[in-house]
Amino acid sequence: MSLPAYSFAYLDEQTKRMIRRALLKAVAIPGYQVPFASREMPLAYGWGTGGMQVTAAVIGPDDVLKVIDQGADDTTNAVSIRRFFALTAGVRTTERTAEATIIQTRHRIPETPLAAGQILVYQVPQPEPLRKLEPRETETRRMHALAEYGLMHVKLYEDIARHGRITLSYDYPVLVNGRHVMAPSPIPSFDNPKMHRSPALQLFGAGREKRIYAVPPYTDVVSLAFEDHPFRPWKAEAACGLCGATETYLDEVVVDDRGGRLFVCSDTDYCAERRKAGHRGAAAGHALAAGEGG
Amino acid sequence: MSALAPGFADPPLAAQACFRRLLEAMARPGTVVTLAPPPAPPPLAPAAGAVALTLCDADTPVWLDAALAVPAVLDWLRFHAGCRIVAAPEEAAFAFAADPAVPFDRFQVGSDEYPDRSATVVLQIDAFGAGAALRLEGPGIERAAGLHVRGLPSCFVAWRAANRALYPRGVDVVLVAGRALAALPRSTDVTEG
Repeated sequence: MSLPAYSFAYLDEQTKRMIRRALLKAVAIPGYQVPFASREMPLAYGWGTGGMQVTAAVIGPDDVLKVIDQGADDTTNAVSIRRFFALTAGVRTTERTAEATIIQTRHRIPETPLAAGQILVYQVPQPEPLRKLEPRETETRRMHALAEYGLMHVKLYEDIARHGRITLSYDYPVLVNGRHVMAPSPIPSFDNPKMHRSPALQLFGAGREKRIYAVPPYTDVVSLAFEDHPFRPWKAEAACGLCGATETYLDEVVVDDRGGRLFVCSDTDYCAERRKAGHRGAAAGHALAAGEGG
Repeated sequence: MSALAPGFADPPLAAQACFRRLLEAMARPGTVVTLAPPPAPPPLAPAAGAVALTLCDADTPVWLDAALAVPAVLDWLRFHAGCRIVAAPEEAAFAFAADPAVPFDRFQVGSDEYPDRSATVVLQIDAFGAGAALRLEGPGIERAAGLHVRGLPSCFVAWRAANRALYPRGVDVVLVAGRALAALPRSTDVTEG
């Protein structure tokens, strides 16, 4: 009899226990970044190692895993992470949002509303929302301890003073449970409202920065703003060229070498499902559609 | 020497299944989940044994109250979890209690900078679904949740209010009865009724 070369879902049991303890504390203190002993994974930091460690600590043989990268199921990062867990945990994978029990994501929240019982695992490059304003960890930690977030409001105010509006379009800071300011990871600000009182459990893993944090279901997640400059989620003023959707987040894609451009849904599953249901956009039938959803 | 009771039959899968239900319970306070626990030695409740084998190891000092600190339980935890048993509640990362006189005020609540460095208290009660009614509000709960518990220490609700006032510091509580478990993270407001 030969023993497998690694434990279920790759990580050893002691590592999983350490991550699981961090996850439970993260859930108990929504938005607070719990330090954890991030391990080396068989891919480089920056490719989703934090999200993968969270997924590995959570996933079981009955789970159905979906992995998206900027909304797409078919990009290199998403495909390789999906394959990694199919290989190491033997789980079923899917591209359908509604079928998945765990969705690991890089920089998007699916358009299809999440349901109770689903877990959304975010890959996070920089978990500290104050880091660009204050490089010292000792100082940012003190600011979170005292709920001293004036610096962040000054940054948003300076944006308004210089540009007439808050110019952040992604990784837009949020206040969680009325207490902790949190980086939502580089999701577009368009996705921020989906975090607010979501029925799904949201877990965040930052591998290089060694932090885990969480937002439990039905928890207040409010994008920071001012009374006279309310939060406005940003999206391109266009409709999806393939499915015609106007309510989704759109990617602008260069389609030829003559400057031709096309706006398409960033969420490939949502777009493919809409096309299957008969919705057609202005560029329906474009070659772009052929490579998706397969 | 008496034979040691076994732990999880298949540790990776059993610990994963237990953790997922614990995560569900912690993320949705008031939800009672049922575990597939290992045969923990009495008086340690099976669900408490499952939590110990899922989360405790050499990195987590464990405190047991007088009711649970019997040789059968100590040997079982030391062998299967490999955890250090500490005498003082102040040193514990995980505390297991069956006696109603729980030294709530002596557990670690973490610091303002590191509120995660706090104890998780696993409290054995008689049963869920009967006894005193608790009303729960907070993260993880859509509006309000009800939880019926029998055998809760009489000072529990008053202590929870004091614990809630420390937020984001505070102690997280896991209630267990038999194979069932519910969690009350520090963020949950607990009132009677």
